[in-house]
Amino acid sequence: MHLGLDPGKIRHAREIARAITEPILIKILAHTTDSVERATLRLMGLDGADEDDIPYPNILVRHLRDRLGEGLAPLVAQAAKDRGLSLRELAYGVSEEKIDLRDFQPADRDAAGAECERLLRENIRRVERQVAARDGFVRELGQGEPPWLYVIVATGNIYEDVVQAQMAARQGADIIAVIRSTAQSLLDYVPEGITTTGFGGTYATQANFRVMREALDEVSREVGRYIRLVNYASGLCMPEIAAMGALERLDMMLNDSMYGILFRDINPLRTFIDQHLSRMISAYARIIINTGEDNYLTTADAVEAAHTVLASDLINERFAHEAGLPADLMGLGHAFEVYPEMTDSYLYELAQALLIREVFPDHPIKFMPPTKHMTGDIFRGYALNAMFNFTGVLTGQSIQLLGMLTEAMHTPFLMDRALAINNARLMFNAARHLAENLEIKPHSWLLQRSAEVLDRAITMLERIAEIGLFQAIADGMFADIKRPPEGGKGGDGVVLKSADYANPLLKILTEKVHGRH
Amino acid sequence: MAVIRGKQLDLTKVRPYGDSINDGALQLSFTLPIPLTPEAVEAARQMAQKLGLRDPSVVHSQDLGGFSFFIVYGHTDRSVDMTQIQVPKVEGKVFSRPEADQEIRRRFGRLLVVVGACIGTDAHTVGIDAIMNMKGYKGHYGLERYVMIDARNLGAQVPPEALLDYAIKHRADAMLVSQVVTEKGFHRQNLSRMVELVEASGIRDHMILICGGPRIEHKLALELGYDAGFGRGTYAEHVASFIIDKMTERGLT
Repeated sequence: MHLGLDPGKIRHAREIARAITEPILIKILAHTTDSVERATLRLMGLDGADEDDIPYPNILVRHLRDRLGEGLAPLVAQAAKDRGLSLRELAYGVSEEKIDLRDFQPADRDAAGAECERLLRENIRRVERQVAARDGFVRELGQGEPPWLYVIVATGNIYEDVVQAQMAARQGADIIAVIRSTAQSLLDYVPEGITTTGFGGTYATQANFRVMREALDEVSREVGRYIRLVNYASGLCMPEIAAMGALERLDMMLNDSMYGILFRDINPLRTFIDQHLSRMISAYARIIINTGEDNYLTTADAVEAAHTVLASDLINERFAHEAGLPADLMGLGHAFEVYPEMTDSYLYELAQALLIREVFPDHPIKFMPPTKHMTGDIFRGYALNAMFNFTGVLTGQSIQLLGMLTEAMHTPFLMDRALAINNARLMFNAARHLAENLEIKPHSWLLQRSAEVLDRAITMLERIAEIGLFQAIADGMFADIKRPPEGGKGGDGVVLKSADYANPLLKILTEKVHGRH
Repeated sequence: MAVIRGKQLDLTKVRPYGDSINDGALQLSFTLPIPLTPEAVEAARQMAQKLGLRDPSVVHSQDLGGFSFFIVYGHTDRSVDMTQIQVPKVEGKVFSRPEADQEIRRRFGRLLVVVGACIGTDAHTVGIDAIMNMKGYKGHYGLERYVMIDARNLGAQVPPEALLDYAIKHRADAMLVSQVVTEKGFHRQNLSRMVELVEASGIRDHMILICGGPRIEHKLALELGYDAGFGRGTYAEHVASFIIDKMTERGLT
C-alpha cells in the first residue's frame, strides 16, 4: 500500500519547513522564559511548595524576576552553597522573606556555573536511570505491536485513575494517558502533591506521575507487556512538565509547537521558546512527543484543511529536529474527522492516512479518532470507530488513540473504554496483514487526492515562508484561528537573554543528545 | 387508534417495541465492580430484575480485568400516557437565510449583532461553530453567512463574565450560550451563572438570550431563564428566525 509520492516534492516541503523555523529558532535562542528558568531549577533538584501552595521554583523566579536575563540557575546554586543550604531551604528562606537574593552577585561567576552544573548532572542521572529502566522493561517484557492501543483515564482522582488504568492494561491497552484537569494548561505553575479532585481530568503533578508510573510498572509485569504513560507538556509550563516527566519516566508527552498559541491563546514567542526546551528534555529522556494537528480539524473542515495538517506536521517535525529529537520520538498527529455521511468520505480518510504515513515513514504517527461528527448515537459511533481502527492497521499508523462511543457525552465509562479496546483488537487482528496483499491502482483517485494535498501543503508552506510564521498565525492559516504575535497569555514571562546569560542545562542536554545519535 | 398486527396501540399506555406491540423490550448494558464469576452474572440478572425488567436475560458478559461488563435484555410492563405529555417547543415560522436577511431589513433596517460562545471549562466548539460559523453544519450555513447578521463567535472556554462584557461592548441583540459537555451537571451551573450575570447587568430586557447544545432542551432553557434552547437537529436558520420573531414580540428595534 504505497502511494509512491514524488520524493523530490517531499524533500522540497521539508526544505521550506526549515526555512520557516530558522528565523524563529534565532529568536528562541535569544530569549528565556519564566518556565524555562523554573524547569532548570527543577532539574537541579528543587521541588516542593510553601504554605500557600506556591511551588518553590515559582517563588525563586518571581523573586528574581528582574534578573531572568542572566539565567537564574547559577545564581541560585551559588547562593545555596554560600549559605550551606539546600535549594529547598533557600527557597523557603526567600518565601519567608528572610533571604533576599535580588542584589546577590556570586564572587566567581564561573564557580557558580560549575556548582549549578554539578547539581544538574547529579539530578539528571535519575533521568538516565529512568531511560535505562524503560529499556530494561521493554527488553524483559516486550511491548505491544503497533498500532499501539492508547486510552485515556480522566477521573480527577489519581487513585481512581490507577484502578481504571490497570484494568485497561489488562484489557489490552498499550498506552495510558491521564487527561489533565480542565484549564491546567493556563496555570503558570505546576501544582504539588497527590491530587484527588479535578474537573474533566486529573492534575498533572510530579507526585501523581509517580503514583501512576508505579501502578503501570506493576501491571506491566502482570500482563507481560510494557505499558506506556502519557501526560501533557503543553500550556504555560511546557518545559517544567517535560522535566517532571523525564524524572518520573513518562513515555510520551503531548507537545506541540503551536497548539498553545492557537487553542489556548498563549503568547506565540513564549510557546516557541518553551517547546524548544521541553523537546530538548524529551530527547534526553527518550520521551515520544505527540503533536496536536488533529485539533485543526475540530474547527476547520477535514477535507478542505487536510493540507494544513501536513504542513503543520512538517513544521512540528522541523522544530523537533532543531531540539535534537530523532524521528523515532516524533509522534506527529493527524485525525479521522471527515464528515462520514458524505459519499466516499472513507476515501478521503484513507488518502490522508496513507499520505501522512508515507511522508513520515520513521515516525511513530499518532492517529486521532472521530470526535467532531460523533453524536449521541453510540451505535453509529461504534461503527465509525471500527472504520477508524481498520484504517489504522491498514495504513500502519503507530499510536492509535481509541475513539469512545460516548465521545462528547461524558468522560469514558469503564465499559466504554473496554468496548473501544475490543473494537481495536478485533480490527487490528482481523486485518493485521491485509496491507501487504494490496496495492493502490495507478492513476486512482487515492493517488490524485494525496498528491493534491501534498501540493497544497507545499503552497501553504511557501506562503508561510514568505510572510513568516508569526504572520501566518496572525492571519489564521492554521485552524482558522488568528493570533497576533504580541498577544496571548504569558508574554510577560519572555525575557531577552543578556550577553552573560548562563544556563548549564542547555549545554548538558545538547552534548548528551548529540553524543547519543 | 393505530392498529399494528391486529393489536391496538393504546396511546394512554405506550410501551417500548422490540418485535411486537406492547412487548416492552429493552436493551441495556452496565458494569459491576466485581470480577466476572457465575455469581456476578446472576447479580447482573437480579440487577435487571430489580429495575423492573421481566424475564431478564444476560446475553453477554466480559471480564474487564477485575470488574465485569454485561449486556442484558428484558421486558418492561410499565407504560407511559402519551395523551398527558406536553413539551414546550420553539414555535414560529422558520425563515430561510435570504428570507431572514429580508425580514431583518424590513423590521429593523440594520445589522443584528449576535455574540456566542461555549462558556466555562467546556472546550467543545462544535455546537457554537455549527450555528455561527460561515460553513455551518450539514449544509445549513451559519449566522456568519447572513448578510444582515453581525455574528461574533468567541469560541470555547470563554468565562461567562467575558462573554457578557463582550455582549455589552458590542451592543449585542442576542447572545448564544453553548454547552456540549453535560457531565455531572456542570452545564446547568454554567448556564445559570450566565443568566444571573446577564440579569444583574441590567441588559436582560434588551437582549435575546439563547442556549444550545446537543443535550440542551427548550424546556430546560425556559426553566433556567433563557428565551429558548436549541438542541440536536436545529440549525442557524432556527436560531435566526427565533431571534427575529422574539425581538419583534418584545418591541425591540
